[in-house]
Parts: sequence; C-alpha cells; structure tokens
Amino acid sequence: MLCNVCKQNEAKVHLTKIVGDKMQKVDLCEDCSKEKGVDDPTSYSSEDTLLGHILSGEATPTESEPATEATVKCPTCGYSQADFKKAGRFGCSDCYTTFGEGIEGMLKTMHKGTKHTGKVPAALQQSRAEAQKLKLLQKRLEKAIAEENFEEAAQLRDEIKRMK
Amino acid sequence: MTIHEFLVPPSVSCQRTGPNDSIVMSSRVRLARNLKKQPFPSWAKKPDRLRVLELIQPAVQGLPQLAPHFAAAMDDFTPLDKQILVERHLISREHAAKGAGSGLVVNQEESLCVMINEEDHLRMQALRPGLQIKACWQAIDALDSALEPKLDFAFSPELGYLTACPTNLGTGIRVSAMLHLPGLVLAEEITRIINAANKLGFAVRGLYGEGTEALGNVFQVSNQMTLGESELQIIERIGKALNQIIEEEENARAVLLEKKPKIVFNHIGRAYGILANAHTITSKETMNLLSLLRLGAELGLFEKLNRSLTDELFLLTQPAHLQQQHAEKLDAEGRDTLRADMLRERLRDVPRPQAPK
Repeated sequence: MLCNVCKQNEAKVHLTKIVGDKMQKVDLCEDCSKEKGVDDPTSYSSEDTLLGHILSGEATPTESEPATEATVKCPTCGYSQADFKKAGRFGCSDCYTTFGEGIEGMLKTMHKGTKHTGKVPAALQQSRAEAQKLKLLQKRLEKAIAEENFEEAAQLRDEIKRMK
Repeated sequence: MTIHEFLVPPSVSCQRTGPNDSIVMSSRVRLARNLKKQPFPSWAKKPDRLRVLELIQPAVQGLPQLAPHFAAAMDDFTPLDKQILVERHLISREHAAKGAGSGLVVNQEESLCVMINEEDHLRMQALRPGLQIKACWQAIDALDSALEPKLDFAFSPELGYLTACPTNLGTGIRVSAMLHLPGLVLAEEITRIINAANKLGFAVRGLYGEGTEALGNVFQVSNQMTLGESELQIIERIGKALNQIIEEEENARAVLLEKKPKIVFNHIGRAYGILANAHTITSKETMNLLSLLRLGAELGLFEKLNRSLTDELFLLTQPAHLQQQHAEKLDAEGRDTLRADMLRERLRDVPRPQAPK
C-alpha cells in the first residue's frame, strides 16, 4: 500500500476515523506522517484536520499552509495570530491590516456594525472633501467636452489644475 | 509640587454639583487613541513605551484646555499615590499597575485626565459631576481635535480609530455614569434593571469598573459597542437608558417610602447609629452604610447633613485616602480603628435622623 500523500513510499501509519456510519481512512508513510505531526498517537486533533483535508479532496495541508498561518507576523510589530488568540489584543495599528480578513465576524458579534460612522480626523475629512470635489469637477469636464461646450471645459480644466 | 498639593481636597471637590446628582454621582466620556506605526503599550518594549510617552506627554501638556495641569510619569508615583488616584476615579486600576513608560496629565478641576500608555497609547477622559455626558463629550472631542495636528493618530476610514483591543475599535468611546441606586437595591429590583441594561448593550459594573463589586450601591453604566454608531448616537442611546434608570430609582424610592417607610427609616437609622458610634469599621461596611446615609440626606431625614459630607466621607474613608492622612504605615486593623475615629468625629455634630411626622 502506498502513502496517500507522497504516493511513493510504503504506508506504515494508518489512521481510521468513524463518523456516524461512515469510515474514513488515511494511509501514510513514516516520513509523511512525521511531517504532518501524526506520528504522535496522542495528537488526535491533528489527525482530524489531516483526515478532513485529505478526504474532502482539499489540497493537502503541506507544510506551507498551516505553517504560514501560524507564523504570519505583522511586518510592523512582529505580532502573530497566535499572540492575538492568547491576549485578545493586537500588537499595533497595522495588525488590523495584517490580520484584517479574519476579524469581521468577530467585530459583528462585538459591535453594532462593522463600518466606522463616527468622528474622522479633520485633516482626513478635508482631503476626503477635496477628493470628492475633484471627482465632481472631472465629471462636469467630461460632460462639457461631450457637449462640445469648450469654454466651460477650459474653465473646469483650469480649476482642476489649480486643485492638483 | 506633589499631586496631593495640586489637586483640591475632597472637602472642596465634593461640593461640586451637577444635574440629577442625587442619583448620578458623576459622568465620564473617554476616548482611546493610538499612534501610527508604534506597538501598542502591552506589546511594546520599554524603550518603545518611553519613546511614545516622550512624544505624547509634551503634546498633551501644551494644550491650553488643560491649564493648570499636573503631569508625571507613572514611576514617579508611590503605590499610595496611585491608589489615591484610583479612589478618586482619575486613573484605572490597570493604569495604577503601570510603571516606567506610562504617564498621567490631569487638570486641577479634575475634569480632564489623560492616561498615556494604559491599554492604548492615549486614554483621554472628561469628567463632570451629575448627569452631563454630552458636556463631557464636547470637552473631550475638543481636546482630541486639538491633539490631532500634533500627533499622528492611527485611523482607518473603514474601521475608525484603531485600538489595542477590538472592543474599543471605531469611535474608541466609552461613555459612563456612576449611579447611586440604593432604592433599586432595597426594593430588590436592581437585577431586573441590570439585565435590561445588558440587553440594550450596556455594561453595568461596580465602583471601580471591570470586575469590581458594587460597593455602596454605586453602579457604573457604560456602552460596550463602539463601532457602527457615531459618538452622538451612542451618547443619545445611553442617555435615554440613564434617564430611564434615574426614573426607576426615583420611583423605587417613592414606593419604598409609601409602602415600607419603617424599613427605610430602620436602615438609615441603623446606618447612622453604627457610623456615628463605631470604634472599628471596615471600608466595605462604611461604604454600604454611607450609601444609606446619603439616601437619608436625599430624603430629608437629616437636619444637618449635606450630601457633600457623605460623598467626602465616602472618599476619605477608603484605604489609601485614610493612610494618606496618617504618617505611620497602617495595617487593615489600624485603618479600621482610624476610620471609625474619623467617622465619629465628623458625624458628632450631625443629629440623628428624624422620620417625617
């Protein structure tokens, strides 16, 4: 019998899991079982994940996947996902970008919504207002050109130039 | 100058009055802010924290709103100083545990107080006597806006102000009021009120916030959600809830007086008896009895007892305040004796309560 993962060596480790009336089996060679961390008979949880991955036809959890998830570190402060799970707090404000994808569900349970609707720093508000105005002017410019209203278009072009 | 010389004594600070202060002891609004690219305090190494403190403290001290103010690094305070600041509700217990790399700036009125490197780089709070959450918000909003050009706050257009704990994300606002609710406790309705407040998304905690007992029938009600609502929406919502609780407390007092006046007078009379005559008394018992004395003063049972005196004693009989008035280091037993001595002395000229005829 060949190993399910490398499909080269003889399988020496056999995992069997019975859920309801269904039986799931995985056969691994010694090397692959060590790599997956299933050589330790007490680590049932890793067997579960491994079985799940292999049997559901998902990509096998090769070293890169679980490894990266556990070791992704915030480039600014070096905080990891595991640190967050332990402390419930982040390491720096950039962690919200680093680990941002997974937190929406958590925010939903904590807050009224997931989008900030409150105070915005004045400097940001100003630049936001300016960006909006610029967009509006550009739209009017396009319209003026389309309507061959070149006098207005020239004025708008100058105004946009001044703002930039 | 020490912080104690700077701050006005409790005998003066307890004279301050505000709307609904028969039930609302104080209001507070705090904002959490952090600097970009700097590790949050609990993850930061000591040099990082010191650098952040050096950035923030001068910026805060330069604000005209805070003048006159007192500023210090947390490692400049003795443990006793810190405990006194906790008892005065100027700093959190978490901040009192901080040392080098954390700081404090407080104004003389005790109406604005900024903690540096607590859980977040900045925890700024506005405090007012009575129910004044809107005034608190306006004051702290102005302080925050004045700091904005000087410090580079971490802000995301989507998530708002970025905080160490995601529970503070967005507005970073915590609006709270300290409520004295002896009526609801005596009427055994307090659990119903707490549950109702929790359902609306408000936390109800004890005297010193998270994880503390509601000593002296004092409860802290605060918002829990900070994202997805604007500051004013949060203030409006909690304002409504607070007004309801105030109304419930007033009702509870009125109903108790009408239906069980003897029980009420009995509680207040016994509280007076013990406080005015005890020779040793714990801080916990003192707070619970002073709460009843405060209620008696509110109900007009005392000829010569102002609420400001009960509030002052509430503060002065707490362990650190008591220790401060005494040169030698006291143990718990020594404090209990000293506390009883002080209470007998201060209540000597207060005649016993009279039930209305």
